[in-house]
Amino acid sequence: MHEQEKEILLSVRGLKKYFSLGHKKVLKAVDDVSIDIYKGETLGLVGESGCGKTTFGRTLMRLYEPTDGQILFRDTDIAHLNRKQLAPFRKDMHMIFQDPYSSLDPKMTVSEIIMEGMESDPTLPKKDRAARSLELLEIVGLNSDHANRFPHEFSGSQRQRIGIARSLAANPKFIVCDEPISALDVSIQAQVVNLLKELQERMGLTYLFIAHDLSMVQYISDRVGVMYLGRLVELATSDELYHRPLHPYTQALMAAIPIPDPDVETAKSRIPLEGEIPSPVNIPKGCAFCTRCPYATDQCRQERPSLQEVEPGHFAACHLIHQ
Amino acid sequence: MEQLLEVKNLVTTFKTKHGTVKAVNDVSFSLVPGEICAIVGESGSGKSVTSMSILRLIAQNGTIAGGEILFEGEDLLKKTEKQMRAIRGKDISMIFQDPMSCLNPVFTIGYQLEEVLKLHNKSMKKAERRARIVEMLRLVGMSNAEERLKQYPHELSGGMRQRIMIAMSLLLNPKLLIADEPTTALDVTIQAQIMDLITDLSKRLNTAVILITHDLGVVAGAAQKVIVMYAGEIVESAPVRELYYHPKHPYTLGLLKALPRLDMEQYSLQPMPGSTPDLLLEHEECPFFERCEQAMECCRKKPPFFQIAENHIARCWRYHPDFLAYQNQTEQEENSHA
Ligand SMILES: Nc1ncnc2c1ncn2[C@@H]1O[C@H](COP(=O)(O)OP(=O)(O)OP(=O)(O)O)[C@@H](O)[C@H]1O
Ligand SMILES: Nc1ncnc2c1ncn2[C@@H]1O[C@H](COP(=O)(O)OP(=O)(O)OP(=O)(O)O)[C@@H](O)[C@H]1O
Ligand code: SF4
Ligand SMILES: [Mg+2]
Ligand SMILES: [Mg+2]
Repeated sequence: MHEQEKEILLSVRGLKKYFSLGHKKVLKAVDDVSIDIYKGETLGLVGESGCGKTTFGRTLMRLYEPTDGQILFRDTDIAHLNRKQLAPFRKDMHMIFQDPYSSLDPKMTVSEIIMEGMESDPTLPKKDRAARSLELLEIVGLNSDHANRFPHEFSGSQRQRIGIARSLAANPKFIVCDEPISALDVSIQAQVVNLLKELQERMGLTYLFIAHDLSMVQYISDRVGVMYLGRLVELATSDELYHRPLHPYTQALMAAIPIPDPDVETAKSRIPLEGEIPSPVNIPKGCAFCTRCPYATDQCRQERPSLQEVEPGHFAACHLIHQ
Repeated sequence: MEQLLEVKNLVTTFKTKHGTVKAVNDVSFSLVPGEICAIVGESGSGKSVTSMSILRLIAQNGTIAGGEILFEGEDLLKKTEKQMRAIRGKDISMIFQDPMSCLNPVFTIGYQLEEVLKLHNKSMKKAERRARIVEMLRLVGMSNAEERLKQYPHELSGGMRQRIMIAMSLLLNPKLLIADEPTTALDVTIQAQIMDLITDLSKRLNTAVILITHDLGVVAGAAQKVIVMYAGEIVESAPVRELYYHPKHPYTLGLLKALPRLDMEQYSLQPMPGSTPDLLLEHEECPFFERCEQAMECCRKKPPFFQIAENHIARCWRYHPDFLAYQNQTEQEENSHA
């Protein structure tokens, strides 16, 4: 993507999603995240298990009720719209789930599954739906023979293709892909990732691509955001993030990712992270990473660093860098 | 060097209601003391069944239908169940993907570690046991070990539980450690620590390790030797650098090209077409035939292993020493049939 053609599709401001766990305990799964998502880009989102990636995606989709913040989509803040007000936006946003086994209804045929995805698009006449579902099957690399079969007759990557066809059914503009390849074998992950790339070019789609496999995220994404305990700690283009990670957490993460090359791996020096990962209901007062950060100072333990643009397009939330 | 483990022509099958599954088919490999050997392959390729066969811990419906498993020269398949119980945990121990599968939630860590020592070493005194356990916990990098002993598994993080399991598996100084996806459930920063721990301990204690994983990145940094499995069979085996820099089998080649590389810019992933074959059917052809871009007429017959270099073998007709002549011959035979 070129600088000048950047147009914001979705603008997220101060988004929070807190879960109440009873006994006055609150889990801040997404805590004050602000980010712009550009039209036609793939924004990757990485971070360790439980850092809030899925919650962020689901809250954007309004599958979760946001605790606070704004989600500006087509000049409207959709964060607090009710069901009815939300209906016209539904067709533009879809989600692809991690598990291709449980996310498809086993009692429905493939074409029924895809046609269900068209429900959110009232402009599509009922009579055209069957034909459109066959068209979609071809787009994702399956064929009309598959239309009347059931999900259990397909392999994992074929099921994921069906899931993709369903999410494309209503001609969305924005798709949240939540770990779309994690359940697949390495040899076929590339099939699905390349399909997603191809569809993006063809249909001008915008993706939020969530995964814990950073190598794959970097491959597919234009920009990558790194989350840690509910907060966005760094955001940059994917090459920049790999070559010049600024946040100490991102640096440790990058050093820890195994590269399939014995010489690279043996020559590598890791950044050992000591200290405990805090419980998500008891996040430290200052920087969430201060318990494990090799450079933490008193300031880090007291004040929460904000996400700042350190260089054009490269954001980080760390006191060390802001100085 | 003296072999520690020699698996020869292992065949393990399972009876299912749809027929017999050949989960491991004619698998042979060996390890010397202190060596780390990785077994890689995708889901269902037979990695876990291979390791469970070594320990003779396969499910009720399974049978080890052929082969030998020589451990220090003695065939484990000829041992009684009682003899095997003495070997498991002591000479050969295992760690799994999910540490909770071998930790009991209702007992403290200290109690569970002590039970392992009691079971295999009756003469040890209580104080000696304590000392050994604390030493082991330090070795796996757990701070304030004494404190930890009083904790219950659920009070620890996933990475710490994995460390406890590693400590437990090394308590009795095993000669062979089988680690089945030891880090798959962990975050990468923790994975790196656990892998460093395993390789470091193997070096220090001269423990041989069979490392089972589907992550070729993890293998690159840890193993000395790599075995690639596909549909129950070994398709290629080589020293680690040889395998990554001179892969030979079309499956290994395809796998390496389908992997994203964080350290590279401007490349494109080359997906491997198709998916793995059904193990229920008897295959006469090369198991990779359906997906292989280099498949030829001769591949309709199963290839044997061909020697590529020292310690490097591949099961693919392309490496027949007289490949062209062989290919011509099969094509002619085929034509004369037609
Ligand atoms: N419905 C819920 N109720 C209460 N807590 C929740 C709920 N959903 C998620 N959480 C908690 O919110 C935090 C963030 O979870 P989330 O699933 O978003 O993480 P994630 O980054 O997607 O992790 P993973 O990589 O494991 O999928 C976790 O601590 C999780 O336990
Ligand atoms: N008890 C069983 N009954 C029937 N089939 C079985 C049984 N255990 C394993 N298998 C089959 O044996 C084959 C090999 O399984 P195995 O568990 O060794 O695979 P794996 O390589 O470890 O895969 P993964 O990466 O998913 O752990 C699979 O096709 C599996 O379905
Ligand atoms: S034997 Fe033939 S089908 Fe099998 S991997 Fe080699 S070239 Fe491909
Ligand atoms: Mg998630
Ligand atoms: Mg397994």
